[in-house]
Amino acid sequence: MLTDLTIAQAKAGLEAKQFSALELTEAHLHGIDTLNPRLNAFLTVTAEAAREQAKAADAAIGRGDIRALTGIPLAIKDLFCTQGVRTTAASRILDSFVPPYESTVTANLLADGAVFVGKTNLDEFAMGSSNMTSAFGPVENPWKRRQDQNAILVPGGSSGGSAAAVAARLAMGATGTDTGGSIRQPASFCGLVGVKPSYGRCSRWGVVAFASSLDHPGPFARTVEDSAILLGSMASHDPKDSTSADRPVPDYRAACRRGVAGLRIGIPREYRVDGMSAEIEALWQQGIDWLRAAGAEIVDVSLPHTKYGLATYYIVAPAEASSNLARYDGVRYGLRRDGAELSDMYGNTRAAGFGTEVQRRILIGTYVLSAGYYDAYYLRAQKVRALILRDFTEAFAQVDALLTPTAPSAAFAQGEKMDDPVQMYLNDLFTVGANLAGVPASSVPAGLDSNGLPLGLQIVGRPFDEETVFAVSAEIERAAGFSALPAIRAGV
Amino acid sequence: MAYAIEGATGAWEVVVGLEVHAQVISQSKLFSGSSAAFGAEPNTQVSFVDAGFPGMLPVINRECVAQAVRTGLGLNAVIHNVSRFDRKNYFYADMPQGYQISQYQHPIVGTGVVEVELSDGSVKEIGVTRLHLEQDAGKSLHDRHATKTFIDLNRSGVALMEIVSEPDIRSPEEAGAYLRKLRSILRYLGTCDGNMEEGSMRADVNVSVRKAGEPYRTRCEVKNVNSVRFVMQAIEAEAARQVEVWESGGSVKQETRLFDPNRLETRPMRSKEDAHDYRYFPEPDLLPLVLEDDWVAALKASLPELPDAKKARFRAEYGLTAYDAAVLVAEKATAEFFETVAKGRDAKIAANWVTGDFFAALNKTGATIDNPPISATDLGALLDLIADSTINGRIAKDVFEAMVETGKSPATIVAEKGLRQVTDTGAIDAAVDAIIAANPDKVAEYRSGKDKLFGFFVGQTMKAMAGKGNPALINETLKKRLA
Repeated sequence: MLTDLTIAQAKAGLEAKQFSALELTEAHLHGIDTLNPRLNAFLTVTAEAAREQAKAADAAIGRGDIRALTGIPLAIKDLFCTQGVRTTAASRILDSFVPPYESTVTANLLADGAVFVGKTNLDEFAMGSSNMTSAFGPVENPWKRRQDQNAILVPGGSSGGSAAAVAARLAMGATGTDTGGSIRQPASFCGLVGVKPSYGRCSRWGVVAFASSLDHPGPFARTVEDSAILLGSMASHDPKDSTSADRPVPDYRAACRRGVAGLRIGIPREYRVDGMSAEIEALWQQGIDWLRAAGAEIVDVSLPHTKYGLATYYIVAPAEASSNLARYDGVRYGLRRDGAELSDMYGNTRAAGFGTEVQRRILIGTYVLSAGYYDAYYLRAQKVRALILRDFTEAFAQVDALLTPTAPSAAFAQGEKMDDPVQMYLNDLFTVGANLAGVPASSVPAGLDSNGLPLGLQIVGRPFDEETVFAVSAEIERAAGFSALPAIRAGV
Repeated sequence: MAYAIEGATGAWEVVVGLEVHAQVISQSKLFSGSSAAFGAEPNTQVSFVDAGFPGMLPVINRECVAQAVRTGLGLNAVIHNVSRFDRKNYFYADMPQGYQISQYQHPIVGTGVVEVELSDGSVKEIGVTRLHLEQDAGKSLHDRHATKTFIDLNRSGVALMEIVSEPDIRSPEEAGAYLRKLRSILRYLGTCDGNMEEGSMRADVNVSVRKAGEPYRTRCEVKNVNSVRFVMQAIEAEAARQVEVWESGGSVKQETRLFDPNRLETRPMRSKEDAHDYRYFPEPDLLPLVLEDDWVAALKASLPELPDAKKARFRAEYGLTAYDAAVLVAEKATAEFFETVAKGRDAKIAANWVTGDFFAALNKTGATIDNPPISATDLGALLDLIADSTINGRIAKDVFEAMVETGKSPATIVAEKGLRQVTDTGAIDAAVDAIIAANPDKVAEYRSGKDKLFGFFVGQTMKAMAGKGNPALINETLKKRLA
């Protein structure tokens, strides 16, 4: 099955002319045709454009012009602006918005020869951990509980559509964005590798902003090596993003083969939270044992401010979001609901255009920035954020990388955790730290829970040391030998 | 005499601080590459950043930063090597992002000082609290449609400097002098064109009143005043209103007001918008702005001579009075004009011609110093013709008029009109003799002691010679013949 190939395998096959880029794309488009009505992973399928890109890729291959992703079908989270292709952020307020520009990350992928099969579903404005807040309906996780085939599971969020698409073999890889765990948690839920690189590694230009200081574009793939190939292409210094890092992009693919011998791996004791499921705890221990067996030294470390991470995140992220989403006012583009006065137009437009979770976060963000509350919330959160960063800095003085679980549980079912937003926010427990600190982190599938659902382990590295993250991730991948397949996938 | 408002309960002192918004002269906007030029067709100078499109990010314009630093240096102010941008959040239809990127807690320029000359000859220092960079909003056009508002985003994102003064100003005159001086410095620096009519410089005026020795009372902010004269009038009107409020037993409420120049009064602005909570927080899309010492030093080294320094030099180098020097340096172009005229000539005479006849000609013709009716070179040539006795001072006035009218050079006019001064003693003797012969009674009166009549003889002789006689020779000859 062409759709079962990894990117690395497909690259080799294309180069050897075992199949064409058009065949590869058609196989994925066929999978989308068959499964997307059920999964709802794609909001927009760009079949025609994909075929054209695939033909161009075949022509390039014919010329010997083979780049990092020539002819590789990818899915793009619908938070990345794509020139001439509707970009919604899964929100009614951008319902019909067609950007006249291409985000830097997607432009980098296109320049490397990638084929875009479509734009994927997500939580509205990337606000959620289940993909349930999308204005265009939820995404179904292609994985099924062994004992309960009827339960429809969530793919995680916010990049749920990207994760579901790659897991179901509807694309070979995908872009995501990770603001508090939005790549790593869905990767864990869908049995994928997800990488949130360092802050500044991938340009945010052309990515619809949720929380500017926390938003990190990054890749989804089915193997660590594939994710390294994708990140190598997505990453660049971008003068259009002032927070973009002016650093060379290393050979991530090569880093996957480094091994972990001699590396010091930190196990943050604060991540052993009360009530952690035995399965998660066992998996974590398994990961520790694998790395030790592969020659790494395991070191107990402390990140003392971990317990404040979620609270800090849920102040900073909504604060920035409340300001970032102010531009959706119905004046220049997107949805407009007229009103007698300007303020009525704003109210009508934003009430009709934003869903409940987005409205909740705008309200929280507005509140924590308000006069009289700013010091107690936003300012304090910024101070705690600095302490959290210091925790990581101090830990990385002792160790080369950290190993933790990615999420507190496997994928849950649609409808579960839905009535309590705080319960939902707990999904980000282990992931928000890396966003607050801007350090690179991945999630790698490491095992299955008792229901047969994938569970991921998280690897966190020093700022701009994605290479070590890839090296450790690859070791976990090798040791885990994760070969389980989702129930719903192309060609089944 | 300090300015005061005489109320029923005695004299009230006026306390004023000014927040001046000055549009930065730059090719492109503060955070985008669109043109910052004035007067283009609506919405033709708008990038996706300026229009607040999804995923667009600001990138700071180095030249705008340099302009702010130059201005800070020109205001003798502290330059902050690390400053930061913040978001000022509020909704308005012509503000596409839903926030203005400004500098709230950490401005690029700190405290400075502006020296102003007052009409009584005294000099006063007005403190500058800070200068910060921020982006301008677009423009709402409410008069194009019965029920709809049109939006022009050409100005959206154009760089502004907000220059905040200390509450050191104590009269409308001081406010006017401060604004004019500030404008002069900005124009010298080339950092703002200072055109208040076009809106590239506008002022928010903070006014309060108090009895002598009291702490400050509540102030009101009069927003968006767009001429020096209106600022002065607004202060007068607002201070008078506040005195009346206090004296009638009320208390002044802190609020934002607008000045109506037709009625010469201020009135409260929409109260709803007073309640704004701007929810400032650090702009996460921009890193802190870090200036290197060398860069600032290079800017400092390349600053032009500023009005105060130029004034001191004019006094020392040309021996001008403080008044003349101040008048001549107020506009950079005027100072340059003067220096061209004065070069290699008698500077005091040059100053008199520039501030006298030349300024009068500007007034009369409605021309500006940037496009003067006669060139500095021609005025200098005219002075040369006087100095080498080609023409006398009286004829020079006529030549000057002709220069203004025709644009011809003074030498051409003198030649064409035959205005060359007569220094031929024979001709002067003849003219003097004729006048004496024609006025025997006046001659008798003069000789009997009526000295004042000497002027009459000079005038008559000059008239007879069509103004072209050499005045010194005429005097000499008359004295001899009348003795």
